[in-house]
Amino acid sequence: MRAKLEEALLPPIVALLIALIVGDVLILSFGQSPAAVFRLLLEGTWGNAYGFGQVLYKATMLTFTGLAVGLALRAGLFNIGAESQLAAGGFAAALVGLVLPAGLPALLVLPAYVLAAAVGGGAVGIVPGVLKARFGAHEVITTIMLNFIVLALLNYLIAERFSVHDTLHTAEIKSGALPRLADVFPAFHGSAANTVLFLGVLVVAALWWFLFRTRAGFELRAVGLQPRAAEYGGVRVGRVWWTSMALAGAVAGIGGLNYVLGYKRYYEEGFGAGAGFLGIAVALVGRNHPVGIVIAAVLFATLSQGGLAVNALVPKQMVDVLQAVVIISMATAVPEVRRALLAIRPAASAKATA
Amino acid sequence: MIRLAGIEKRFGPVLANRGATLEVSAGEIHALVGENGAGKSTLMRILSGMFQPNAGRMEVAGKDVTGWSTAEAIKAGVGMVHQHFMLVPTLTVTENITLGAELTKGGGRLDRARGRAEMQALIERTGLHVPPEHRVADLTVGEAQRVEILKTLYRGAKVLILDEPTAVLSPAEVNELWRVLRKLRDEGGTIVLITHKLDEVMAISETITVMRQGETVGRLKTASTSPAEIAKMMVGREVVLAQRTADTRPKAQDPRPQAVAALEVKDLTVPSARKKNAVDGISFSVAPGEILGIAGVEGNGQTELIEAIAGLRDVASGSITMADTDISRLSVRKRGDLGLSHIPEDRHERGLILEYSVAANLILGQQHRFTKRGALDVTRIAEHARRLIAAFDIRPADASLPARALSGGNQQKIVIAREMGGARDFKILLASQPTRGVDVGAIEFIHAQLRAARDAGKGVLLVSADLNEVLALSDRIAVMYGGRVVAIVPGASATAEALGSFMTGAAA
Repeated sequence: MRAKLEEALLPPIVALLIALIVGDVLILSFGQSPAAVFRLLLEGTWGNAYGFGQVLYKATMLTFTGLAVGLALRAGLFNIGAESQLAAGGFAAALVGLVLPAGLPALLVLPAYVLAAAVGGGAVGIVPGVLKARFGAHEVITTIMLNFIVLALLNYLIAERFSVHDTLHTAEIKSGALPRLADVFPAFHGSAANTVLFLGVLVVAALWWFLFRTRAGFELRAVGLQPRAAEYGGVRVGRVWWTSMALAGAVAGIGGLNYVLGYKRYYEEGFGAGAGFLGIAVALVGRNHPVGIVIAAVLFATLSQGGLAVNALVPKQMVDVLQAVVIISMATAVPEVRRALLAIRPAASAKATA
Repeated sequence: MIRLAGIEKRFGPVLANRGATLEVSAGEIHALVGENGAGKSTLMRILSGMFQPNAGRMEVAGKDVTGWSTAEAIKAGVGMVHQHFMLVPTLTVTENITLGAELTKGGGRLDRARGRAEMQALIERTGLHVPPEHRVADLTVGEAQRVEILKTLYRGAKVLILDEPTAVLSPAEVNELWRVLRKLRDEGGTIVLITHKLDEVMAISETITVMRQGETVGRLKTASTSPAEIAKMMVGREVVLAQRTADTRPKAQDPRPQAVAALEVKDLTVPSARKKNAVDGISFSVAPGEILGIAGVEGNGQTELIEAIAGLRDVASGSITMADTDISRLSVRKRGDLGLSHIPEDRHERGLILEYSVAANLILGQQHRFTKRGALDVTRIAEHARRLIAAFDIRPADASLPARALSGGNQQKIVIAREMGGARDFKILLASQPTRGVDVGAIEFIHAQLRAARDAGKGVLLVSADLNEVLALSDRIAVMYGGRVVAIVPGASATAEALGSFMTGAAA
């Protein structure tokens, strides 16, 4: 158990340390004090209610997209399409919002929105899944290409059909809009944090249970680890591929509610702002574990919000560099570090058991 | 020429080599023998630079080369031909052989003409005939192996290591290989041959090193030893060779002719990636309470036959019947529910999910029987694991360990426990290479399990590359050659010699 926890936690911690060192060097090269910059970064994020609210909002988005990537990865698939799945989910919800009459209570219409977003995202996710199961088309290629197709299609629909004059967003949803956190805690005033956050927590718990406590999860993980052994174990590998891609798309799609239902109450072109792609990094750092993904999402949200806070001292692109360093260290450097650590340890542990 | 001393190699918890030694003189054919899992391949991979030893000393031509790399080994003229071919199927023979050592004329352009000429010369010189312009994908297994040998020689190998080269060859191809190896030796080459087949050792080698459980247990001169002596060294006790004729031979009771076969295969044809069908119109049946052994040189369709019966491979035509139900189009799960159990030949790829716990592996393929409304029934899974770990003596007795952490023998016990003692009441067992790479103690345990299943009225279809195993366990023996069953003989009267001639296709 200890070894398992260590294996899960060591790489992200080492990655963060490397990012911290690179960050220090960068800050010094701008003639600023690292301590001052990092203090400002923390004050602008966790130090006040507005900043913290923004972190929560962004973390919610990244949790959904991170789960969409991580879930597919558990089935052995690289889902690079969370960006378009997120957008399609948000768009579907906005369409439902245009249809539903005003004044219906949130509790009544909320399930309809969740369903619409899940179906919208799931429809985009299922395509690469089916293409792989049926024709062996590689999902990395198809999800990337589908991003272009879906986003372009949505842009067209918004621009030509659904936008309010002179904008690139739909008309405002009249029914079932969710309260923002600021409505309950006035300190959050101005921040985008909203109650979709709790929906995110629910989805995290549900996916954990699904992956580790259900037969379908057992089979999905088996396919991801050893597809040939899964096949031997009576699992229909192709079916797991397309169902897991559909589910991943649905999860990303529900993430669209964070903007459409919780924040602006309309669909606007490009609202995802790269959250789908950053979800890949979130899943990687979170090691495809629902809880790990939440932690990673909060981390990346902090960095991205913190970038705005430190802009006075250093260019905000610095945090993009930090994010990139975290991703690169997770993907490459860390296994080397771990191997080096493991090479030292046998001697020590042999002594301990003797 | 070659001197390895005190070689130790560890893979995680497994000690593959412990104090192994090897001495080979220049210009001889040396046989490295031992049972599956004795550490022969590991030792030779260390010699060829693929693995680095944890301890020990290696000398080649008087120089200390301990822990060298493959590049260094090739430069010094030591090359290995692997059991699993390492060729690019879409490239031609010439391209494969010159890959990584291509001849160029200025500017990085390939000098194809010179490459062809050199290839022709090499083929002439060695007598290893293969069509140089054919794609490797179109070659027979024997030809592909010749390409592997040519590739090694092309890089200037003077010491040639061959890992179980005959496993995939027909007898005629084996004789051809012997001829080539002798020729190479006569021209000053040194050859190390890894094998566990004693007739080969006697036929071709001059000196022998015997390994057992990672250690070198003896060094012999072929001229002054006997198969019985080698076998005894390999196994470490008075041997199976003698034993199987006496007490391990199945009782003379005939398999009672039953109205309904446990398994019946009729005119089964399974396509392969090559032009020829992998399984080509096979018919046989297995009665309840019978072990039908399938003997044959590996690669004659046994793998495809078993996978087709198990539901892992599509069949082109024919039927597979269990108790009057045609299962040839059913899913893997349905076949399992009808009572089909399967010990697959490759436990690391098929039989186990190495990252999963022992408990999870013990329900693989039966997970739908441990589910309550979609959720895994954790309590019952734990109980199930406790029961099977005790009944099949799986060690260490910790259901939460990943399967990866167990030894080969105990990993195989997980598979056997699940397939034979699990939640499925099996009627027929497909046992494919059930004792490959497991230690002697586990082999005896597994054999006892197979006999017990037979005595309990189950049908057992046994495929093994080990002819002794087939002879020791089977009530009847079917011989496969070229995708067909060329003979079915009663186990009691079968001899290795008679089966051998069927296996070569000679007596068919």
